[in-house]
Amino acid sequence: MSAAMDTESTYSGYSHYSGHSKKAHRQGSRDRHKSPRSKDGSRSEKSVTIQAPPAEPLLGNDASRTEEGQDDNWGETTTAITGTSEHSISQEDIARISKDLEDSVGLDCKRYLGLTVAAVLGLLVFLTPIAFILLPQVLWRDDLEPCGTVCEGLFISVAFKLLILLIGTWALFFRQPKADLPRVFVFRALLLVLIFLFVFSYWLFYGVRILDSKDTNYQGIVQYAVSLVDALLFIHYLAIVLLELRQLQPMFTVKVVRSTDGESRYYSLGHLSIQRAALVVLENYYRDFPVYNPALLTASKSRAAKHMAGLKVYNVDGPGNNASGQSRAMIAAAARRRDSSHNELYYEEADHERRVKKRRARLVVAVEEAFTHIKRLQAEEQQKAPGEMMDPREAAQAIFPSMARALQKYLRTTRQQQYHSMESILQHLSFCITNNMTPKAFLERYLSPGPTLQYDRDRWFSKQWTLVSEEAVTSGLQDGIIFVLKCLDFSLVANVKKIPFIKLSEEFIDPKSHKFVLRLQSETSV
Amino acid sequence: MSYVPGQPVTAVVQRIEIHKLRQGDNLILGFSIGGGIDQDPTQNPFSEDKTDKGIYVTRVTEGGPAEVAGLQIGDKIMQVNGWDMTMVTHDQARKRLTKRNEEVVRLLVTRQSLQKAVQQSMLS
Repeated sequence: MSAAMDTESTYSGYSHYSGHSKKAHRQGSRDRHKSPRSKDGSRSEKSVTIQAPPAEPLLGNDASRTEEGQDDNWGETTTAITGTSEHSISQEDIARISKDLEDSVGLDCKRYLGLTVAAVLGLLVFLTPIAFILLPQVLWRDDLEPCGTVCEGLFISVAFKLLILLIGTWALFFRQPKADLPRVFVFRALLLVLIFLFVFSYWLFYGVRILDSKDTNYQGIVQYAVSLVDALLFIHYLAIVLLELRQLQPMFTVKVVRSTDGESRYYSLGHLSIQRAALVVLENYYRDFPVYNPALLTASKSRAAKHMAGLKVYNVDGPGNNASGQSRAMIAAAARRRDSSHNELYYEEADHERRVKKRRARLVVAVEEAFTHIKRLQAEEQQKAPGEMMDPREAAQAIFPSMARALQKYLRTTRQQQYHSMESILQHLSFCITNNMTPKAFLERYLSPGPTLQYDRDRWFSKQWTLVSEEAVTSGLQDGIIFVLKCLDFSLVANVKKIPFIKLSEEFIDPKSHKFVLRLQSETSV
Repeated sequence: MSYVPGQPVTAVVQRIEIHKLRQGDNLILGFSIGGGIDQDPTQNPFSEDKTDKGIYVTRVTEGGPAEVAGLQIGDKIMQVNGWDMTMVTHDQARKRLTKRNEEVVRLLVTRQSLQKAVQQSMLS
């Protein structure tokens, strides 16, 4: 019996351990702890402490106790070693920190290198026409043919075209980069190469035919510079089309599914490379997907653990480790076993829903009542105020205690307590009071989990992303491509489908052709 | 009794001779008709084929001349005094039955039980 318990505890305890330690480190404050039940000696170097955490989250102390009450079986079958306390740090965390450091340094260098190359090239390109015009004046002014109004007209046109080019380049390219992509952006690189070759060939021609031979036809030289500026404007147009316009027309639909809870969304994209499509998906992820809450996943894990627990394979025929045969036997036995876990799930879910609804009702009533205690003073009333006047923060602090308990209980039931600290609730309350919001508007943030952007950055669980793809990430999207965006806790699986070719035909209906008859069924007596 | 365009319609019919009853100024026959090529055939409760636009007997008054002569509810009227009733409008049918100068109308009617009776007698 004890042997069976030991093997199971090793198996399930390990999976719990790896999950917990990472979460513990990231949250910064430990608010989930279980009492230690370590039977395995090899785990003892990780310290296990029961420690009341600093009261950052609203319900730090209560959370664990409710967890224990809801999860009946963990005592028997799992050995949940809580990874770290405040003061110790585990091997994995060290590895993770060092990875963070080196990643951030490497990428920054690459990004700045690209930017400086582009900036230098841009400056060079901008100064080239001016150089073309000025160099003859500087070098052999006396030999030049005089060129009156025509040249001056050309000077004006060069000046304005350069100004337009400058404004256009500033508008298009001088933007804060919003992301670090793993590979170089192909179109941008292509354009830089094109510009470089173009300007290089112009300089080559200029150097050989004009500088060396000291051409005296100044008008021709100025017209040459004007043609350069015109061609630069066209390259700018090409840049707009390639970088901005081409992907605007939607050609693909991407279905994004989160691996931990199956939340899915659809997005429409145009012709993009895989890395840019991944960028679009991530930008929308922070806005559209409800925040990742690891507390909601424990129920299914415990169900899965219970399902396979309690079965052990004994090999009575002698030695010989037929591992696959054993596991298949276990699966078959587990499938045949008449367990009533579906029943449990159903009643548990119904019960949970009822509880949530009851607490929600109490919360709504408490908040509505609390809001009636506050009245906004009009400007004239402010002079002759009867009692003491409070600013929004004080008003929020005054009415908060009456709703605190109901809010606390509701957040605990829906397992959102880590996401809202007392300070954030007070802040939100004073914000709502300032902007004349109703109780329902105040509660909107707490009643259902919002998108990730709504919460504090520490609670995001998703800042560093990795793009996993079988095709090269700079290749364009095709129908049927699948790529995965992984972060430490979960991944987003994206499936690309082409928007079908729509054949639309026309049918003209003459408005006068709408005619009707009565459906009769008369009966006549004769 | 289904109608195939271009083919002659065949049916087992019964001859029914109704003597009109004088009621005041009118001559009545004692039944009601429904159907016709200008009516909606799908609402006919008596027809076997719901595209049949023929004239059907929808009511027979008790003790009236029609009942006496043997007309039954649900009969399809094929001919009245030699005039065809399978391809007529509702109003034309009414007119052919209620001619003021005719005292007797001779109908050819058909019903499903007639067809079955003939088939059974042929089999036995």
